[in-house]
Amino acid sequence: MAILIDNTDEAAVRDICARHGDRPDALLEILHSVQGDVGYLPSGVLRIVADALNISRAEIHGVATFYHDFRHDPPADHAIGLCRAEACQAVGSEDLAAHAEKRLDAKTGARAADGKIDLEAVYCLGNCALGPAAMVDGRLYGRMTPEKFDRLVADLEGEA
Amino acid sequence: MAEPVRIFVPCDAAALSVGADDIAAAIADEAARRGVDVTIVRNGSRGMLWLEPLVEVETPEGRIAYGPVEAGDVASLFDAGFLEGGAHDLAHGPTEDIPYFARQERLTFARCGVIDPLDLNEYEAHGGLAGLRKALEINPPDIVEAVTASGLRGRGGAGFPTGVKWKTAAEQDADQKYICCNADEGDSGTFADRMLMEGDPFSLIEGMVIAGLAVGASEGYIYLRSEYPHAAATLRKAIALWEEAGLSGRCDDGSPRFTLHFRMGAGAYICGEESSMLESLEGKRGQVRAKPPIPAIAGLFGKPTIVNNVLTLAAVPDILSRGADHYKNYGMGRSRGTQAFQLGGDVARGGLVEKAFGVTLRELVEDFGGGTHSGTPVRAVQAGGPLGAYIPVSGFDVEMDYEALAAQGAMLGHGGVVVFNDSVDMAQQARFAMAFCEIESCGKCTPCRIGAVRGKETIDKIMAGDNRAENLAILEDLCDLMTDGSLCAMGGLTPMPVQSAVKHFPEDFSG
Repeated sequence: MAILIDNTDEAAVRDICARHGDRPDALLEILHSVQGDVGYLPSGVLRIVADALNISRAEIHGVATFYHDFRHDPPADHAIGLCRAEACQAVGSEDLAAHAEKRLDAKTGARAADGKIDLEAVYCLGNCALGPAAMVDGRLYGRMTPEKFDRLVADLEGEA
Repeated sequence: MAEPVRIFVPCDAAALSVGADDIAAAIADEAARRGVDVTIVRNGSRGMLWLEPLVEVETPEGRIAYGPVEAGDVASLFDAGFLEGGAHDLAHGPTEDIPYFARQERLTFARCGVIDPLDLNEYEAHGGLAGLRKALEINPPDIVEAVTASGLRGRGGAGFPTGVKWKTAAEQDADQKYICCNADEGDSGTFADRMLMEGDPFSLIEGMVIAGLAVGASEGYIYLRSEYPHAAATLRKAIALWEEAGLSGRCDDGSPRFTLHFRMGAGAYICGEESSMLESLEGKRGQVRAKPPIPAIAGLFGKPTIVNNVLTLAAVPDILSRGADHYKNYGMGRSRGTQAFQLGGDVARGGLVEKAFGVTLRELVEDFGGGTHSGTPVRAVQAGGPLGAYIPVSGFDVEMDYEALAAQGAMLGHGGVVVFNDSVDMAQQARFAMAFCEIESCGKCTPCRIGAVRGKETIDKIMAGDNRAENLAILEDLCDLMTDGSLCAMGGLTPMPVQSAVKHFPEDFSG
């Protein structure tokens, strides 16, 4: 159920908007910034941003839901993005993805059974000569193999 | 005391993805352990990505290449005397003599991999800023004329003559104009923009400032995709350094005469389409705008706007400094200058090949690429990104130029060449083209939004053997409709990979 009032730090969000001059054209930057701080975009944030930029909540909702980057739920501790675009398909990204889903016991776009890792599909990380490519917590990997994947996951599970 | 030896370890994202940071650290540690004084320079990539991490050592005989280096190799490199260019199993001799590199024509990427990307002095020492100086000496219409005379066409994919676009914007009477750099390099198989932004970001900024002078724009935006965090970090620093050095000139109040804004996309492929990008820059959903008006007349915030790809803008300083003729003398037909081809997928020697237009696909895949990485036979390439055609080996003699590819029902796009081996299922690839369009369609026009879904379903039926002939006819019909009826290239070109797959690989659709 959507909630309108949550524990969002209203002053912090307003401060981010102010740093962007409360300009509607800076909306993506503002949403990136909030998500960078909070990890996702709680519905309360959209209300505050709408008020600060003097645009409707509907417009902000439209933007926040158009772009794949913006999340509407809290993320897991770790995120693994596997590239599923053509250049990586040509070097076995689909088999790798199947392996990853099995290892994490989660479908792509879902959270691992232990709740600590989100498995996501990405479409091109610009590492097309050294695929399959993966992005793990913002770090880019090339020539990913099932064995390397398992080692990475074990490390992440150990950390979390 | 002798100067410390300079060792180059790339900070390009592709090099980092295979451990370049670890190699730089290992070299520093090993040098300290042996009491040797070295300077480690983090350069961009030379583009020979199969050799990454490619370590170069500066010697009196030039820079000597070693790669791909793993952390475990570092001690043996020191033992082999690599600081003097000593022999080693990983040694390739002088970097610029490696055939892959020596056979290229590096104009736009002349400095990429050579210099520290954020060192303005090195930038200038290697020819940077000469184009801007020239632009400041001549009148704005002469800048436009030089770009027109060079024959430069948009490197984002559409291939529209850059000079014509600039002339249109220059002729508009407006209180504000904008230069927008499209750095939303979303096509799978392409990474040239990323390499340039990470390896020589000042050349892009210089190109944008020159464009601003040419058309009378005082503000610019770089719209970068969020999947490129390394490029983002480098660009942000480069913009700050450029402005600190006052290279855009200063107004009376001390602000730069050309203000450059950096904007990050948010994971929407469609925002590489120029009008979607403009919507996104305005803080809106990245939905395509109907044309006309064209952006050069009414673009960002309704003002005359130049939208150019990274490589288009980065080509401009060289065109100004060495003259339009120098650039124009490369290439063939109406495709002048050089193109940054990118070899990816299952390819033995993947990387960036900057060559004059006219090189054949076979030369790229076989001579440069060396066939597949897996060692299995090549079956097809996809040229020009996810919206480009699948080309069978029998079509590899095509010369890579805008018109020659179009004549074969293919396109150059942004110069990506993705190699597939003989295990590829072309029906599956056709299905993916539709599925990708379904995921990434902005939803504004029906042929794209609905067509992609129906296309995917129809290919599923064909793959399942359900009324195959009839469904292939439906698919063909649907593709024609999407081509003719879509508002932009997303829906309009998604049929290209689908129809080329059906045409050249019918056996994969017959069960």
